[in-house]
Amino acid sequence: MLWLRQVFAIAAKEFLTILKDPRSRFLVIGPPLIQFLVFGYAATFDVTDVAYAVVDEDRSPESRDLLARFAASPDFNLVAQLQGLQEVEQTIDAAQARLVLHVGPDFAARLHSGRPAELQVLLDGRNSNVAGIALGYVQSIVAAWSRGRGARGRGQLEVVRRAWFNPALESRWLIVGGLPVQIVLIIVMLLTSLTVAREREQGTFDQTLVAPIDSLQILIGKATPAFVLGLLDGLLMTAGAVLWFGVPMTGTLPALVAMLAAYSCAILGVGLFLSSLATTMQQALLGAFMVLMPSVILSGFTTPIENMPPWLQHATLVNPARYAVAGCRVVLLEGADLAAIVPFLLPMLVIAAVTMTLAGWLFRRRAR
Amino acid sequence: MNDGVVAESLRKSFGPGADALRGVSFAAGRGAITGLVGPDGAGKSTLLRLAAGLLLPDGGSVRVLGLDPDGEVHELRRRIGYMPQRFGLYEDLSVQENLRLFADLQGVVGDRRDEQFERLATMTGLAPFGDRLAGQLSGGMKQKLGLACALVKEPEFLLLDEPTVGVDPLSRRELWQIVDTLVDEHGIGVLVSTAYLDEAERCGDVVVLDRGEVLDIGPPARFAAAMRGRVFAVTPRPGVPPRRLQAALSGQPGVLDVSMRAGRVRAVAAADGEPIADLPALADDVAEVAATTPCFEDAFMARLAGRSERVQVRAPAVPERTAGGRVAVQVRDLRKHFGDFEAVRGVSFEVHEGEIFGLLGPNGAGKSTTFRMLCGLTSISDGEATVAGRDLRRAGKRARARLGYMAQKFSLYGSLSVLENLRFFGTAYGLAGARLRTRIDESLAEFGLGDRRRDTAATLPGGYKQRLAMAAALLHEPDILFLDEPTSGVDPVARREFWLRINAVALAGTTVVVTTHFMEEAEYCDRMLIMARGAELAIGTPAEIRATARSDEHPDPSIEDAFLILAERRTEAFA
Repeated sequence: MLWLRQVFAIAAKEFLTILKDPRSRFLVIGPPLIQFLVFGYAATFDVTDVAYAVVDEDRSPESRDLLARFAASPDFNLVAQLQGLQEVEQTIDAAQARLVLHVGPDFAARLHSGRPAELQVLLDGRNSNVAGIALGYVQSIVAAWSRGRGARGRGQLEVVRRAWFNPALESRWLIVGGLPVQIVLIIVMLLTSLTVAREREQGTFDQTLVAPIDSLQILIGKATPAFVLGLLDGLLMTAGAVLWFGVPMTGTLPALVAMLAAYSCAILGVGLFLSSLATTMQQALLGAFMVLMPSVILSGFTTPIENMPPWLQHATLVNPARYAVAGCRVVLLEGADLAAIVPFLLPMLVIAAVTMTLAGWLFRRRAR
Repeated sequence: MNDGVVAESLRKSFGPGADALRGVSFAAGRGAITGLVGPDGAGKSTLLRLAAGLLLPDGGSVRVLGLDPDGEVHELRRRIGYMPQRFGLYEDLSVQENLRLFADLQGVVGDRRDEQFERLATMTGLAPFGDRLAGQLSGGMKQKLGLACALVKEPEFLLLDEPTVGVDPLSRRELWQIVDTLVDEHGIGVLVSTAYLDEAERCGDVVVLDRGEVLDIGPPARFAAAMRGRVFAVTPRPGVPPRRLQAALSGQPGVLDVSMRAGRVRAVAAADGEPIADLPALADDVAEVAATTPCFEDAFMARLAGRSERVQVRAPAVPERTAGGRVAVQVRDLRKHFGDFEAVRGVSFEVHEGEIFGLLGPNGAGKSTTFRMLCGLTSISDGEATVAGRDLRRAGKRARARLGYMAQKFSLYGSLSVLENLRFFGTAYGLAGARLRTRIDESLAEFGLGDRRRDTAATLPGGYKQRLAMAAALLHEPDILFLDEPTSGVDPVARREFWLRINAVALAGTTVVVTTHFMEEAEYCDRMLIMARGAELAIGTPAEIRATARSDEHPDPSIEDAFLILAERRTEAFA
C-alpha cells in the first residue's frame, strides 16, 4: 500500500511539473498538432500536375490525337510547345518542365505502315522519384491510346495495375497512418529524456534518492505521465487520421491501444535510460535527438525497410518504431485484431524491459 | 576629490514592487576597500552591476573614476575590473588558456601580457596549475583565477560581488591577502559585497544596505564602538550545553541577537545596561555574564533586528533527551575510491543521539563524500556505516526512512507550490491521511509559511526557500537530520535564524549531522570532525579543538584560527 502510494505521489508530482510549466505543456500539444498538419498535407508521394513540354515534329492527326490525351489528363500540365529538339535541353535545365514528349517526324507514317511508332520521353532525373512516377503516367496514357486505336495493335501487352489494401494507392494513407507512431516517439522521448536530467541539474534528484524510495518506484512514477500523455496523443492522432484524412480503421480498437501502449513503454525505456546517463538537460536533449532521427528513418515510415542494405535492415530490428509503424498499418489497413499483432508487440516489450532495467539501475549508479 | 565610486540617490527597479535600490548615496574611494553588506535582496549585486555599466539606473547617478557608466562605458570597462558572483570562466580551458583569453579580450598583448601573467600567477599561487582545466579547480582556486582574469588589465578600480561565497577558510584568507596587496601596493580601490561579516571588519568603510536603502555608512570600528556596553559573553554553568543557553536567550525581550563564540553565548542587548544577567530563564544555567568587546557583527545584527520579521523559534523548555545517549551514527574505517583516487581514507567516528555533529574541512578534503555516503547518495567502497541502528550497506531503504536531508542549494521542486512540495515529500516518507495533514499544518505554522502555502516554491525569497527546505526535511520527524552546507550563500540574518531552528530541533532530540564552510558555525556543534586529504585532521568538542591549536602565539584561538593552524601543521608535516 505504502509502496503504491509513494509511486502515486511521484507520478502526481511529475504530472504537475509537466502541466505547470508552459513550455512542457506546449511540448505535449504543439508538436503533435504541427506534425499532424505538416505530414498530413505536405508529405505525400502522389505526383500531380506534372509540368511537361512537347516537341511535335510530325504534326499529323495521330500525333495531335495522342498529345491531346496528355493535355486532357489531370496529372499533366502543358507548359510549352517547343519548336525543335534544340530547345529541350534548356527547358529541362531551367526546370520549366519535368518531362518533354518528343514525337518524331515519321510517327504517323510508321503507324500506318504497321511498324512500331515511338514516343520519346525526356525526363528530368534530378528527382528520380517524381520522374519514375511521371513515366508511369505516360506509359498508362500511351497504353490507353494504343488500346483505343484497337484493331491495328498486334498482341500488345496490357499492364493491369491493381493495388491491394490501398486501392487508390494513396500514399497519404501510408503516411498519416504511421504518424501516431512518430508523435508518440517525439512526445515520450522528450518527456522522459528530460525528467531525470532536469532533476539532476536542479539538485532535486538527490532529495528524492535520500527518501525511502527504491529505483523501481522512481521508474514507474516517472514513466507514468509520459506513458499516459504519449498514449493519449497517439490515440488522438489516430482519430485525426481516420476522421480528418479518411484513413480507414479496419482493425480493432484494443489492438490499436495495445500497439501504442507497448510502443510507448519501449520508447520511455529508451528515454529514461538516456536521461539517467546524462548529467545535464542539454546532454539529455542531444542524446534524444541522436536517437530520434535514425528511429524515424529506420522505421519504414517513409522509406521501405526492404530497400535498405542488409546490415541496415538488421539494425532496424532494435528500433521499436519499426514494429510500431508496421503494426499500425496492419491494424489500420489490414483489419488486424489483438491476436494478429502479437508478433509486433513482443519485440517492443522486450526492448522496453531491457531499457527500463538499465535505466533503473543507472538511477543510483550515476549518483555522483 | 574622491574619484572611486560615487552614487547619488541611485534608484533601480525591476518592475512594480521590485525596487532593488531606493535612493542610495555613498562614496567609495581609491586606495581603500569599501564593503557592501546586507541581507539577501538588499541590492548589493544590483549596485555593483550599475557601477560596472551592466545595468542603467532608473534615477540618480553613479560615477566610477569620474566616468558615467551610461555614456563612457568603454572607457569605464577599460579601467575597472568587475568580478560577478560566478565568474564566467571557461571550464574546458586550462588556467593559462583562460588567462590568455581574457587578456586578448581586454587588449593586453605582447610583453605586457607575459609580465601580467607572471605577476598574477605568483600573486594568486596559481603558477603550478597553469595546465589544469579550470573546471577541475576547487571553488577557492576558481575564484582566484576569476580574480586574476579581472586583474589582467591592471584596473584602477575593482568591483567584487561576494567573491568568497562557498570558498573554504584557507582560500578565503588568501583571497583577502591578494586584495589587500592590490590596495596597499598598487593603490587600487575596491568595492566588495560580502555575506561574511568578519570580512566587513577588513574594510576601510562599510555600507550597510537593506531593501535598497543605506542604513549606515562608516568604518567598522565606529559601528563596533557604538555597541560598547551592550554586548555580553554569557558563560554557562559546567555541564550546561552552551547552545541550550543560546536557545533560552533567543527571543527574550531586550535581547537583539544571540550567537555562539568560543564556548560562550554572545548576547547583544537592545539598550545600554539592559540587565541580561537578570533574565529569569538564565538563573539556573549561567555561571557568569561579562561585558565583552563589541565587533561589527554585533552592530550589524542589532541594526537589522528591528527591520526584519522577528523569528520566534520555540525551544523545548526541558530537553527531551540530552546529548551523549545512544549512538545514532556509527562509522568505522569508512573508505571511498573513485577509480585510483581515494577520496575518503579510513574515517571512524560516532555521533550520539541529540548531538549536533559537524563535518568540516576545505574543498576536496572528503567531507562531502563522507556525508553523501552517510545519506546513501554515494555507495560505500569499504568500511562500516550504521545510521539509526541500520546498516547502510544492507538496509539502505529502511535507514533512509529515518533520515532527513537538506542540500546545499535549494533542491525542492521549484515549479510546485509550497503545499505540493510538502505533500510530495511527506508521502515519499510514508506519511498519509490525517497524519500527513496534521504534520503539514504544524510545519506551515512552525516555519511561518502559512501565508505562502500556495506560492510557487521558485518564487519564494531566499530565506523562505530555506525554511521550506527545512520543513520538508523535518516533515517525517526523522531521527537524524543531514545538512549539506545548509547556509552556503545564505545571508547573515537568515543564517542566524537557521541555526536557532537547528538548535531547537537538536534540543528536541533529533541528531544533526552538518557540513559547513563557516567555521563560526562550528561553534554550534557539540562535536566535530575536521577532515583534510580524505582523512581525520582532528575530532572533538569545539573546546577540545581549540585547545589543540592553543599556543603562545594564539592564546585564545577561534575555531577558524584552530582550523587554519591545524591545516598548516598538517601541510608542514607533509612537506
